[in-house]
Amino acid sequence: MILTIASREFRTLFLSPMAWTILAILQFILAFLFLTQVEAFTSLQPKLASIEGAPGLTDIIVPPLFGNAAIILLLVTPLLTMRLICEERRNKTLSLLLSAPVSTIDIILGKYVGILGLMLLIIALITLMPLSLLGGGELDLGKLFANILALLLLVTAFTAIGLFMSCIAGHPTVAAMSTFGVLLLLWIVDWTSGLTDQRSELFEYLSILRHFQNIQSGLISSVDVSYFLLFITTFIALSIRSLDNERLQK
Amino acid sequence: MTTLIEAQHLTRYYGKHCAVNDVSFTLAKGEVLGFLGANGAGKTTTMQMLCGNLAPSAGQITINGFDLLDQPKAAKRNLGYLPDTPPLYKELSVQEFLLYCARLHGVAKSSVTDAINRTKERCGLTEVAERLIVNLSKGFQQRVGIAQAILHNPEVIVLDEPTVGLDPIQIREIRTLIRELGQDHGVILSTHILTEVQESCSHVQIIHQGQLILNETIAGLNRQMDTGTLQITTRLVPDINSLLTLPGISSIETMSQNRIKIHHSVTANPVEQIAEHIITAGWGLQELTPIKRSMEDIFISLTKDHREL
Repeated sequence: MILTIASREFRTLFLSPMAWTILAILQFILAFLFLTQVEAFTSLQPKLASIEGAPGLTDIIVPPLFGNAAIILLLVTPLLTMRLICEERRNKTLSLLLSAPVSTIDIILGKYVGILGLMLLIIALITLMPLSLLGGGELDLGKLFANILALLLLVTAFTAIGLFMSCIAGHPTVAAMSTFGVLLLLWIVDWTSGLTDQRSELFEYLSILRHFQNIQSGLISSVDVSYFLLFITTFIALSIRSLDNERLQK
Repeated sequence: MTTLIEAQHLTRYYGKHCAVNDVSFTLAKGEVLGFLGANGAGKTTTMQMLCGNLAPSAGQITINGFDLLDQPKAAKRNLGYLPDTPPLYKELSVQEFLLYCARLHGVAKSSVTDAINRTKERCGLTEVAERLIVNLSKGFQQRVGIAQAILHNPEVIVLDEPTVGLDPIQIREIRTLIRELGQDHGVILSTHILTEVQESCSHVQIIHQGQLILNETIAGLNRQMDTGTLQITTRLVPDINSLLTLPGISSIETMSQNRIKIHHSVTANPVEQIAEHIITAGWGLQELTPIKRSMEDIFISLTKDHREL
């Protein structure tokens, strides 16, 4: 049942120009950034060769690429998730789901899995770029994997917030704005830690950027992974609650 | 007869406003229940509660033996619902949409094609199956909405104003379809058009300001309204007082000099005596037409009575 809802969601995304446009623009911008990184590497290569233990091809190209992708997805995810529940409510199609023999959990998870399908596609397309380097050089595949995992966890967390905002907002634009607001806040929340004597451990823990960068560096620790898992579970549970409440009040 | 829906003491508040107040009724197999009410009377709220889209503030709903709150999946499996705005994914084609609905309602894989073909035929959608829903006219969209509600062959079909926006021919087709469905399902339909209830329903309920003020069979309703009206035209001016002495006549209205309306009891039908009286008096009978009392009159009198109470 979850898959039925998910596959419709996924296919509908591609019936409108929305998904195609976003995929194309993302790919174009990231390809440009990727090429500038490759350019930087080739110009640095002679100097690097003389240094002991210098950063390699993977270190120079992959983390900046995935870091930039994360920032762009921070902008794009709200646009993709804003319509999930909100649009159904506005088009009155939600009652089709509510009167069908499916539970609220099925509806929310179906929607989530459907939109994640598109996110996975985006990540796969991004990953293809560094993989293309395999033709002429060697990559640290472990580090590449860590970056993919980091981006994957980050994007699933973004999507979970977007889904929740779409549940509670009355209009897609409001959902997009609030998702963007929350994501940006979580992104910059530990900027205070730059000031040496004002470090806050709570803010540091909350910062989504810090956990992302930890995994990106190749250090996959359970603290960071569980941060993301907790994050996702919380917002999925909140979405289910909020959709359940829909029946109770109006 | 099996009871398909049992609603007990349904009450629903929106904030402090009470939209539905203590409504109880049952629906059996083979019945078509017409739910009548003015705008804002609580029809849609009641239907949303029946279909699990809205939780009642108080009361209990059982569908085909399953409690809607305790076993929502089992209860909803027996339910087909057309809300007041048909829930359509407009970017899909009719065929794709029906396929999605079939899967959503858990129609067995082997019978999906059958179910879709049968429903398309029933609702006259075969020719537009490949077209996008967004390009269909309002009438066809409404039919897709109905198709969606009956696709999985549910025991209970709830239709919220199914004939809104259709042309007269389509309305007739839909009414025929509803009567057909009523034979082996239980159907509830809401409307504010009274002739619709007369044409397609076996039972009628009138809801007014959230309260059920009438729950009757159509025949019972007509029986309850034990008055008939005759329109009479004569060549000469008739003597009203002498007509009033006839048994069974309750009142006489003068329309114009030569035309009167006689309200009479249906059980002691005095038509024969009236005709005889006029002819012997030599007033020159030109017209004697029974006027069917419409549901409109009944509805207005019922809700007016209620308002005065």
